[in-house]
Amino acid sequence: MDEYRAPVSAHAWRALSYGVPLAFIALFFVYPLVSILERGLGAGGDLDILTDPLTREVLWFSVWQAVASTALTILVALPAAYVLGRYTFPGRGFAFALVTVPFVLPTVVVALAFLALLPEGVERGWAAILIAHVFFNVAVVVRIVGTFWAGLDPRVSEVAATLGAGPWRSLREVTVPLLAPALAAAASLVFLFSFTSFGVVLILGGPRFSTLETEIYNQAVRLFDLRTAAVLALVQLVCVAMAVLATTQLEAKLAVGGQRRREGDVLRPLRTRGEKALAAASLGVLGLFLGLPLAVLVERSFEVGEGYSLEAYRALTRSTNALLASPWEAILNSVVYAAGATVIAVVVGGLAAFAVASSTNGGMRLLDGLLLLPLGASAVMLGFGFIVAFDTEPFDFRASPWIVPIVQALVAIPFVVRIVTPTLRAIDERQREAAAVLGASPGRIRREIDLPVAGRALAVAAGFAFAISLGEFGATVFLARPDSPTLPVAIFRFLGRPGELNLGQAYALAVILMVVTTISILVVERLRRERLGWF
Amino acid sequence: MRALATVCCKVAVGAALLAVAGAGCGGDESPTDVVLVTHDSFVMSDDVRSEFEQSSGLELRVLQSGDAGELVSKALLTAGNPQGDVLFGVDNNFLSRALEGELFESYESPLLESVDEKYVLDQEHRVTPIDHGEVCLNYDKAWFQDREIEPPRSLDDLTDPRLEGLLVVENPATSAPGLAFLLATVARYGEPGWEDYWRRLRERGVLVVDGWEEAYNVRFSGSAGKGDRPIVVSYASSPPAEVIFGVPRPKDAPTAVVEDSCFSQIELAGVLRGARNEDGARELVDFLLSTRFQEDIPLSMFVFPVNREAMLPPEFETFAVVPESPLELPPEEIEANRDRWVKEWTSIVLR
Repeated sequence: MDEYRAPVSAHAWRALSYGVPLAFIALFFVYPLVSILERGLGAGGDLDILTDPLTREVLWFSVWQAVASTALTILVALPAAYVLGRYTFPGRGFAFALVTVPFVLPTVVVALAFLALLPEGVERGWAAILIAHVFFNVAVVVRIVGTFWAGLDPRVSEVAATLGAGPWRSLREVTVPLLAPALAAAASLVFLFSFTSFGVVLILGGPRFSTLETEIYNQAVRLFDLRTAAVLALVQLVCVAMAVLATTQLEAKLAVGGQRRREGDVLRPLRTRGEKALAAASLGVLGLFLGLPLAVLVERSFEVGEGYSLEAYRALTRSTNALLASPWEAILNSVVYAAGATVIAVVVGGLAAFAVASSTNGGMRLLDGLLLLPLGASAVMLGFGFIVAFDTEPFDFRASPWIVPIVQALVAIPFVVRIVTPTLRAIDERQREAAAVLGASPGRIRREIDLPVAGRALAVAAGFAFAISLGEFGATVFLARPDSPTLPVAIFRFLGRPGELNLGQAYALAVILMVVTTISILVVERLRRERLGWF
Repeated sequence: MRALATVCCKVAVGAALLAVAGAGCGGDESPTDVVLVTHDSFVMSDDVRSEFEQSSGLELRVLQSGDAGELVSKALLTAGNPQGDVLFGVDNNFLSRALEGELFESYESPLLESVDEKYVLDQEHRVTPIDHGEVCLNYDKAWFQDREIEPPRSLDDLTDPRLEGLLVVENPATSAPGLAFLLATVARYGEPGWEDYWRRLRERGVLVVDGWEEAYNVRFSGSAGKGDRPIVVSYASSPPAEVIFGVPRPKDAPTAVVEDSCFSQIELAGVLRGARNEDGARELVDFLLSTRFQEDIPLSMFVFPVNREAMLPPEFETFAVVPESPLELPPEEIEANRDRWVKEWTSIVLR
């Protein structure tokens, strides 16, 4: 039988979409991680840590708090995702952008706001940890699920209603199954973030709580017991791999091809009083929950000296000896790094998403899982890994500034893959077939069918990549960095110095970080609309 | 299997990186820069920096990461093939670990003549003292005045019932000043006396938080956070900082230091073994000891210079207390026991 031969360009595309993500992950994740684990396990020492009852306790706490955080986050975020995914109203884009703000704020700043807000007794401990995880991660669910929702054909639910299904039944039997891929994608990201949570656990958990990640930090950085740290990092990696495997299986099973619709056709204005009340209530509750801590930060940035003043902001314009650069350079550095990380993440993650979505075999699920791993791997060990892996001339990159956006991209890529894949999968195959029958080349199909549909998802993904980079996640904290401070770094420096004005400047910079985040997300949205139309 | 994976990775790295190799290094030519590896709190004024660059003809590059503990851990990972030429920021708490790891080459700076012998912690001069900043209890003067309660004068006072529920400290497992304060109590009460002392502090309701930021900025009543704890573990230089960064500037420092509680913290620098630019490294160590840099230290890093010829800024002259004889422990003793002490402290105070 004569086999169908795809044109060369299709082969090249395939090789590219597999090869680039694989090479990236092998070079900047597997290689450094293997280097440090090898070094740690090769060092002498005992393995008492595995049989230590404390380890089991830590593992158990890591797992249950992550599961609980994920469930709570979805519960809190879903009503808002529904409203934003179904209705259009003034300020909708702004709401999408604002939700992302908590996601980028440095943990220690948010923790200070939480300490001021949470009632005595709840302010530290497991409850505070869960609340903080929900606060940070709501953006993940609202943006991923909300955007996906906005592409679901509302007529399916309408048909169900016509056939006599009540709203509850329609939600359970029609909408939830259709949303499932996006829900699973968001849930897996939230789980991994919470599972490897570090700052939240240290500060808000208080000294009595520890997760695998804080324990790895303790062993590697404080005690310099690399062997124990490596063993714990492996335990963590195994847990993460199991979680990743489970979610990728689940996502593949849940993937349903339904008609993807243009956002413009799906969203409709709020009409009835009931709809308006529902929108106001669900956005209001979320707004209050996210807004209060942010409001505390804003208030404090003005609360310098007697009453309110702009003194902290004014001080930012004067030369400072808290940093090796001016705060304005820090803002610029942040934006430049973030732009670099976004480009890398969108290219590598976008290619991977095409590869994952276009194949149905297990191999691609493996790539998907592999790309998700950096999110759940120990940031401390990865940071150490970079130091030992890239240490030989001419490949001594340990002090290169561009290592920072690369590491940030590592955390952002899973977001891009998670967000873009469900959308690509949901493209009706018949649409592609029809185009092919009409003579369109595979490249043209990709350009004219896949890309526009993926565009919306790519924009959301790019927004996240940008935010992740602005917020300095993961291993970047543990890299040695050249003296080009970013906004979060500048905030830490001011926070670490005594005196009212320093604290005021830390809060003022946090407010500036919020503004920069909001503006960037709005700009990404705007770019998407101009370039790709209202999809 | 693991070896195979590593080989695969290395091949992949080689292949992928060869492409960008052309842009890289300058090879064996004499270096035009010198790299200072240091902790996150390192700062120096712009003009001081450019003065060094002009006089030495070298570009000064600074690499920063984490606190003193993290700095040493990373340097140990790269011992012999360091990330830079000079390491600054190892303190007496982590000195032995650094020396055992053979991080440094000996270098005796001629400027050590102007430094008190008590700061020279290594007779082989593998490290050179640069600054000292004592960790001390600070208290909120107004809080005690308003209530007509006698503020603490000594470590002993903290176990007095009149000071119940007033103290906030940092966790020694996660915080440098927290560790220094634990060491202060070990230095004062010895073993196992320090354990009893902490049991009594626990009975008196000591509050433990993760880091200095929360302790000082949120819990402490004497600074901007207006918390409810009037006694905190901070630094001898915190009172002048309250004056300098007060809005408006107060006439007098709102906080004071309990001299009896101060624990010596000395920060040192060393030429890293395997440095690319060894001559430049020595030049940089000399510069760190010069009066130009030393006089910049107080207002940029809020610690004290070790060079006795360096002048202090007026705020430090007026409001800072340099403890006469702070508590101290030999670095070897700290290294041998630090991890055990922290573990025992955790079970006494937190469990």
